[in-house]
Amino acid sequence: MKKSSVMHFVKEYTVVIVMILLGAVFTIGNPAFLTGNNFITILRQSSMTGVAGVGVMFVMIAGGINLAVGSVISIVTVLVAMCCVNWGIHWAIGMVLSVIAATVCGWFTGFAIVKGKIAPMIGSLAVKTILGGVAYIICGGLPVYGIPQESKYLGQGTIGFLPVPVIIFVIIGAIAAFVLNKTYLGRYFYAAGSNDEAARLSGINTTRIRILAYTISGLLAGIAGIMMYGRVGSGQPIAGNEVEMNVLTAVVIGGVSMAGGEGKVFKACCGCVLISMLTNGLTLMNISEYTQMVIRGAIFLGAVLLDSYQHRAKQQKVVHAEPKSGQTEGAKA
Amino acid sequence: MADNILTLKNITKRYPGVVALNDVSIEVRRGEVLALIGENGAGKSTMIKTITGAIRPDEGTISFEGKDYSALDPALTRDLGIAAIYQEFTLAPTLTVAENIFMGQRINSGPVRDTRLLFEKAQQVLDRFGVDINPRSLVRDLTVAYKQLVEIAKAIAKNAKLIIMDEPTAPLTDDEVDILMKIVHELKAEGISIIFISHRLDELYRVADRVTVMRDGEVIITKEVNELSKADLIYYMVGRELKESFPSRHIAYGDVALEVKDLTGSGVAPVSFSVRRGEIVGLAGLVGAGRTELARLIFGADPKDGGEIFVDGKKVEIRSPRDAVDHGIGYVSEDRKQSGVLLRMPISKNITLPILKRISHLGVVDTKKEAEVVTKQIDDMRIRTPSAEQLAGNLSGGNQQKVVLGKWLASDSKILILDEPTRGIDVGAKQEIYKLINQLAEEGMAIIVISSEMEEVLGLTDRMLILYEGHFMAELKKEDYSQERVLQYASGEQSV
Repeated sequence: MKKSSVMHFVKEYTVVIVMILLGAVFTIGNPAFLTGNNFITILRQSSMTGVAGVGVMFVMIAGGINLAVGSVISIVTVLVAMCCVNWGIHWAIGMVLSVIAATVCGWFTGFAIVKGKIAPMIGSLAVKTILGGVAYIICGGLPVYGIPQESKYLGQGTIGFLPVPVIIFVIIGAIAAFVLNKTYLGRYFYAAGSNDEAARLSGINTTRIRILAYTISGLLAGIAGIMMYGRVGSGQPIAGNEVEMNVLTAVVIGGVSMAGGEGKVFKACCGCVLISMLTNGLTLMNISEYTQMVIRGAIFLGAVLLDSYQHRAKQQKVVHAEPKSGQTEGAKA
Repeated sequence: MADNILTLKNITKRYPGVVALNDVSIEVRRGEVLALIGENGAGKSTMIKTITGAIRPDEGTISFEGKDYSALDPALTRDLGIAAIYQEFTLAPTLTVAENIFMGQRINSGPVRDTRLLFEKAQQVLDRFGVDINPRSLVRDLTVAYKQLVEIAKAIAKNAKLIIMDEPTAPLTDDEVDILMKIVHELKAEGISIIFISHRLDELYRVADRVTVMRDGEVIITKEVNELSKADLIYYMVGRELKESFPSRHIAYGDVALEVKDLTGSGVAPVSFSVRRGEIVGLAGLVGAGRTELARLIFGADPKDGGEIFVDGKKVEIRSPRDAVDHGIGYVSEDRKQSGVLLRMPISKNITLPILKRISHLGVVDTKKEAEVVTKQIDDMRIRTPSAEQLAGNLSGGNQQKVVLGKWLASDSKILILDEPTRGIDVGAKQEIYKLINQLAEEGMAIIVISSEMEEVLGLTDRMLILYEGHFMAELKKEDYSQERVLQYASGEQSV
């Protein structure tokens, strides 16, 4: 009993254990890693990936994937900057409008994928390219500088020793955990991703649920975009480049299944922190950006392989639980 | 002996709990058409799989052209010249007819394919049995009938000596059936043997030389087709004793709970019928008769082309399963694992899925209420499990089915559609499911049962609607039940 519960913990919280081990390795590599300041830095870095990641997690639980979040982030930074620098709109209103625009982008992605019955990977890749282009068009291809100092608060501010983005990350994580664990809506996401047809035959409008997941993903990418805007302090049409890959790696490491129907907010958030730790630690160890790319890709590949293996192992277990019967065999005659 | 191309001797194949083939012997003569008939589950598929090498028999010998084998395998059967044509084609739709005919074969030496030769050779094959298809057309542009002919041409191009056709006429129109019949005769004239499986008895007289009737994994009789009447065929197909005993129930009918008027769609021609409270109505028919399609139309799982549905006498609009659930209809699907239970979710969450919104306050699930509902259903349905949090995928088939039933009871369904409720469930659990179904009917539920097992439909239901290829054939009352009658109508015969 004791041994099996330890095994269960290891399996359940692999991501936490990996975090601790990785932390130890980095501390040996460079003692500067293990300082309070550095921790805050890591958390700050992970918060934007985290908020976008929670959104992508909704989509993945419902059985899809969203690669367009990076482009949404780019659009939002550019939109907010254009609002206050070029269009004479107050930055706060600009932020609200941008987040609404991001939500619409998410809805559009979901609508196209779910209603059009296209592969989520391909559909969101197409939308990513479209929105990436839109970000350039909005700002004429050039970064937008000269934004008001106070508008950077959500990306750079602190309350006490805690950075504002970290607080936003925690709040959003908590809300997401509540929605997914406690509400019927949350249960619907899991059901739709676990078995769409069975969920539909139980009276769930899985089409609507899946589109809603993409919409939430758009909304959270929008908020992540606001955080990004504050951090870089300008409107950058390339701000969100590669973000989707980091987000995807993070949530898959955090145990969100590519096959849908599975995922926990806490673990997914740990995955996001882990990715930031990795970047931070490797940089402190003077490992070049290019090598880091190779490592990140390898970790992503490893995480996906592990996920696929676990999924197959589970399926097999399920198949074996069922006594094979000649009746099924014969009924097709 | 010399004129037999294939002989199966004393073949037995067992699956856990079921003997699929029991000491079966058949022989196929050179250049003959042997029809193979039998009910759902008679063992035809297992027989075919033995001949094509898809499965290994446990006992017996297979001889092909005088050579004995204990089992065949797919590569060997291909070399021997055995080909099978199933209802699902194995054609590459984006390639040409000629390319499909010679798929996997080299027609010229050297690295470059000689396309002119390819089309020429394909044309030769097609001409041989007088089929008018352009070898340059793409397979995806052909009708089902022509695709089937391409499959046959493919078999011939591989020098097949024995071709198995599994219900080849099912998807064809009458004219197309005529073409197929003509081609079968041509093949026969060339000395090719054919095993022809069909549910349509009429056709057998047109095409077959001899007929083999199977039932419950055994060959009942093999005889010249002209020596047997349709009535004989049906007699041999059903002549089994009813082994399973069905629990009795107290019958008390209430008002009409469900009425369907001219419902049509998914290949089902307009059907009208009604079910009363406390009544169990069977939907009988062979595989492909449109029973599941009809069930899914009622439940809103597939769009209907027309017709009306009344629940408790009131006309209702059912456009999605949600609408059906809201009107008190529950559907237990035939494919439990694909569309019945959520295998990766626990029992509890499976059971409350349709009523989750109802047991939530301000969107938050009332876990106390949920636990009550789940406990009640686990008790009522006698689901054997260590805990309500057990994943449904870890349960046995019978217990999974009880979870699905519990789901619909928890949602206060008044009308229950059970599609193959005991498929893949062992004998003991079957009895339990039957008792539960009876109990639900006694409690006033209106129940529709679809089953491919003749015994089940006869034993469980009070009244039966028989479908044949999407058409309503007949309605039988309990007192008129007989296996012969059911099979007669299910085979598309009005009278025998």
